[in-house]
Amino acid sequence: MVEHRPWLTFITHAVLILGCLLIALPIYITFVASTHTLDEITTSFPILPGGHLIENYSRALTVGPRDVGATVGTMMLNSLIMAMGIAFGKIFISLLAAYAIVYFKFPFRMFFFWLIFITLMLPVEVRILPTYKVAADLKLLDSYPGLILPLIASATATFLFRQFFMTVPDELCEAARIDGAGPIRFFFDVLLPMSRTSIAAMFVILFIYGWNQYLWPLLITTDESYYTLLIGIQRMLAVGEGQAEWQIIMASAMLAMIPPVLVVIFMQKQFVRGMIETEK
Amino acid sequence: MSDVSLRDVYKSFGSTEVIHGISCDIKDGEFIVLLGPSGCGKSTVLRMVAGLETITKGEVAIDGKIVNRLEPADRDIAMVFQNYALYPHMSVFKNMAYGLKIRRMPKAEIEKRVQVAAEILELTEFLDRKPRQLSGGQRQRVAMGRCIVREPKVFLFDEPLSNLDAKLRVQMRLELRNLHERLKVTSIYVTHDQVEAMTLGHRLVVINSGYAEQIGTPLDVYEKPATKFVAGFIGSPAMNFLNSRISSNGQSTEIPGGFRLALNDEKMLSQGGKKVTIGIRPEHFELTEDGADKIQLIVDHVELLGADTLVHGRFPRDKNLLTIRLPDIHHFNQKTVLSLSISTEKIHIFDRETGHRI
Repeated sequence: MVEHRPWLTFITHAVLILGCLLIALPIYITFVASTHTLDEITTSFPILPGGHLIENYSRALTVGPRDVGATVGTMMLNSLIMAMGIAFGKIFISLLAAYAIVYFKFPFRMFFFWLIFITLMLPVEVRILPTYKVAADLKLLDSYPGLILPLIASATATFLFRQFFMTVPDELCEAARIDGAGPIRFFFDVLLPMSRTSIAAMFVILFIYGWNQYLWPLLITTDESYYTLLIGIQRMLAVGEGQAEWQIIMASAMLAMIPPVLVVIFMQKQFVRGMIETEK
Repeated sequence: MSDVSLRDVYKSFGSTEVIHGISCDIKDGEFIVLLGPSGCGKSTVLRMVAGLETITKGEVAIDGKIVNRLEPADRDIAMVFQNYALYPHMSVFKNMAYGLKIRRMPKAEIEKRVQVAAEILELTEFLDRKPRQLSGGQRQRVAMGRCIVREPKVFLFDEPLSNLDAKLRVQMRLELRNLHERLKVTSIYVTHDQVEAMTLGHRLVVINSGYAEQIGTPLDVYEKPATKFVAGFIGSPAMNFLNSRISSNGQSTEIPGGFRLALNDEKMLSQGGKKVTIGIRPEHFELTEDGADKIQLIVDHVELLGADTLVHGRFPRDKNLLTIRLPDIHHFNQKTVLSLSISTEKIHIFDRETGHRI
């Protein structure tokens, strides 16, 4: 906008600042709560951060809250393994599936594509009972494969990679054939490096998706050592008659926010490029 | 020795046949141009030689060996694509070296070959750049470099110049020609541009909707077009066609406007009364003094090209527009009547039913 209207500038900025406050306030409250003792929070809620920051966070990371039986450190590691497993697994499988659908002619190709596409409309929650039954029969309860494998197929990623592959000119594949590159070489030497930015963008989305999984880990983990952080926080709240340790819960919530934020910060440039442009 | 021969090659996509039996023998070191309008199947023929399309019927042999069932990589060919098809994430060097790397050639040899090719193509200073940092002409040269380093038996070109601007196209055309004179590799070149075809090709294969209408040297094709299609396709502006009939004694023919052209061809003596199409190229009309046996053209409009003048006009009492090309600059007003003559040997006569040359 090139217009010079002081009032417009004022109003737009006011709206922006208000929006930021609206989003930041809960995070600020969480942070403040995580730096006080339980007594200080429960009597009258403080406005400014207190002096128990290191104490609360180190207790959460090393000892863990009462009645949960795992430290936040372990839970973070579990969450990380699950999120990484899901992100990489989904990307790998989707790339291969999209490659097959775009570059190979086989019977019922479109049928399979539509089959994958239709599963886009089915969230985890819809198929959760049969999936649980399969995971239980395969003895995957309380294990990392159990956390990761059932969530690893992604119609969204397959669809996005398919769209990307379709924009790659056919001549590139033909040039590679003439150069003597077989399908696997073409995939790794040409297609994969070209998809770099799309992969980065998918990674950001899928990592956060994996990190935020709640229902599935809740169902299949009963052993505390496989709790993910989100499940851990839920368990901390479910103390029944007793008083929840709010300062520890808030510290855990702050810690749970860190990895996705880091991923977004470090991959932001790649992410934006992957969303808006394709290298051709 | 690396000759290529196509023997009665057919191609069908599903139930539609697009190539209806093309045969052609290409000699070692020859530069053959496949020429035709868009959609005539010329690229399909090239892709069948490359191995990118299966051959429905017939045989393609390279160096005496039938290659119908070989993968493109095993045919010892290299191809330049219209959109260059460079690998966007690889440097110029890697683009050129990729095919050699896959063939597990020693590193030193790859280095040497790429350097030599880069020198020929004046790409040495760009070896570290990515394709997107190069201009269209440079990219085109990289695509050629990728072919040269392979030292293949056959070069295949699929409209390599059509993505370049006019000036660059002329320059690249000359470079291509020099390159071929230097390397003497058998080449098959697909284009719809007749100037490229005339200047580059040792021989042309003129293709029309899946049939090879004529195979011959550029001059042959220009001077003795085998069919009406070839006659109309080669030459710019296009040849004028007039419906006419051979006189009963076979010594002349009557053309629209009531004019009579004398024929001096023994073949015509037996064709008395036949319905034919007469073809006359715009550049073969000559301005003459007014005379009884001359033909007359009423000027409709004039295009001054500098070196030449194109005159569009009609015969008296006839609707069809003719184009003639006169050297130098002429200013004619509309409705001026020009007196023209045509030398007998410049007249092309085609059977009106089959379109073949008589």
